[in-house]
Amino acid sequence: MPGAGPAVRAEGLSKEFGQTVALDGLDLLVETGEIVAVLGPNGAGKTTLLTILEGLLQRDGGAVEVLGIDPAAADPDWRERIGIVLQETALEPLLTVRESLELYAGYYRDPMPPDELIALVGLGDSADVRAGRLSGGQRRRLDVGIAMSGRPELLFLDEPTTGFDPAARRSAWAMIAGLRERATTVLLTTHYMEEAAELADRVVIVDDGRVVAHGTPAGLGSERGLKTAISFRLPTDVEPGDLPLPGDGRLVRDDSGNFSLETDRPTADLEAITAWAGTRGIELDELSVRPPSLEDVYLELTG
Amino acid sequence: MSGAARAIGLVSHEFRYCQKVFWRNPGSVFFTVLFPVLLLVIFATIFGDDRIETLGGIPTDRYYVPAIVTLAVISATFMNLAMNLTIAREGGLLERGRGTPQPAWVFIAGRVGNSVVVSVLMVVVVTLVGLVLFGSPIPWSSIGLVLLALVAGAASFSTLGVAMTAVIPSREAAPAMVNLIVLPLYFLSGIFIPESEIPSGVLDFASIFPVRAFFEVMLAAYLPVVDGAGFPWGSLAVLLAWGLLGLLLALRFFRWMPRR
Repeated sequence: MPGAGPAVRAEGLSKEFGQTVALDGLDLLVETGEIVAVLGPNGAGKTTLLTILEGLLQRDGGAVEVLGIDPAAADPDWRERIGIVLQETALEPLLTVRESLELYAGYYRDPMPPDELIALVGLGDSADVRAGRLSGGQRRRLDVGIAMSGRPELLFLDEPTTGFDPAARRSAWAMIAGLRERATTVLLTTHYMEEAAELADRVVIVDDGRVVAHGTPAGLGSERGLKTAISFRLPTDVEPGDLPLPGDGRLVRDDSGNFSLETDRPTADLEAITAWAGTRGIELDELSVRPPSLEDVYLELTG
Repeated sequence: MSGAARAIGLVSHEFRYCQKVFWRNPGSVFFTVLFPVLLLVIFATIFGDDRIETLGGIPTDRYYVPAIVTLAVISATFMNLAMNLTIAREGGLLERGRGTPQPAWVFIAGRVGNSVVVSVLMVVVVTLVGLVLFGSPIPWSSIGLVLLALVAGAASFSTLGVAMTAVIPSREAAPAMVNLIVLPLYFLSGIFIPESEIPSGVLDFASIFPVRAFFEVMLAAYLPVVDGAGFPWGSLAVLLAWGLLGLLLALRFFRWMPRR
């Protein structure tokens, strides 16, 4: 039944390719309307997971429901409701952007008009350019446009920005964030921490075919007891020799005179540092507090 | 909308875009459309004045028209489908298509339709070039047999082309593997060299395969009068049997997913 229950529910999902275990009892829950990022290194099983959820690959074991239906029994009515961007951009190079969208529009009962899609993915200036002549970033945008052709309730994006330059990545993020206004649930995979932190409501970290952590991008680090980094600069004639630190961290000085500290008690340490500086009239240049990042969690779990 | 009307609508939609892609691809236009015409002009110019005594002494250029028609239909169907479906599969286009509500068979039907339409066009073009440059008459009296040969050949070599993709591992391998199959058969079957120059044992061997069978049917359709033996129904049966085999193999072994 549309709209009822989670968009994706997978329990104990397993898949092997010969001797290689791609998925090893993976659990996943994606609520309707969420943007969820599956983060993990290459070979973690991200693409295998998506391909099974898309109904393009049969699983070996486990239970799966996508939009209330087992994707192994996918029918055209179900396919009307999902959109797929595969890991490799798949376009007919000899068709223009508009023609490509018109071709796919013909596959759906109630397609989004090609001109609307062109605007949605920001290809207005290239509508009559053949796909084979687009840049990598533009090709991926067209790929997303095609996936949105049928007004999907659930959109799968497999590594949407791999291989992009930073500017193209930023603009692709803006486009994907815009899909949220269409109340589309998005499940994406990435191996960029920054991408997961930027786009996702929730992050699922996968390694060796199983989920090793999940939570909000900001919450993942602190929940796991990782340390906060505090850094600042001191005037060249001041030594922090008598600076008291209540936390467990040790102050480290790098070559350019910056001091940094990784601590499990950031509030107490920060208070001590600022009080110490305040009573001596020292200005702490470039003072910064950085909470444990997704990158720290990721490296700790998969490194 | 009835089921049949909807199916026709889906296939004609797919077909229109297959046509666009075909005519925009310089490779397919050259090898499928221009190359057969070029071969006819070369062969008929070099050997045109010779006569083929085993076929009632007809000039060789009249022989080459059905020979090149045969080659052109095989290019438009077998070679075109085997190569382009492999490229579409390895490029992920077939997998992407499988992820849409479009019924899977429509992707194949659109491409086969494209091949059949190009085949019909090539029969017309090659026959007209034969008429204009070499005075080979249009076989009006046996046009029904020409159409029968065309339909049987285009259908059989289409299913064989779709089946062929199952053994082609990559897009790079496609042209080499397809040519490796058809080129020797063209030589052995009397497409490039008049059959009167080929030992009968070789022709008998070639008759097992669909290229020779198709050519015998097409030759008899173009030259019904000189071929005293009557229409080669046995060759038509061989051709259709290959087509049926192609269909069964395609249904069993066709792959939508690229290698991973």
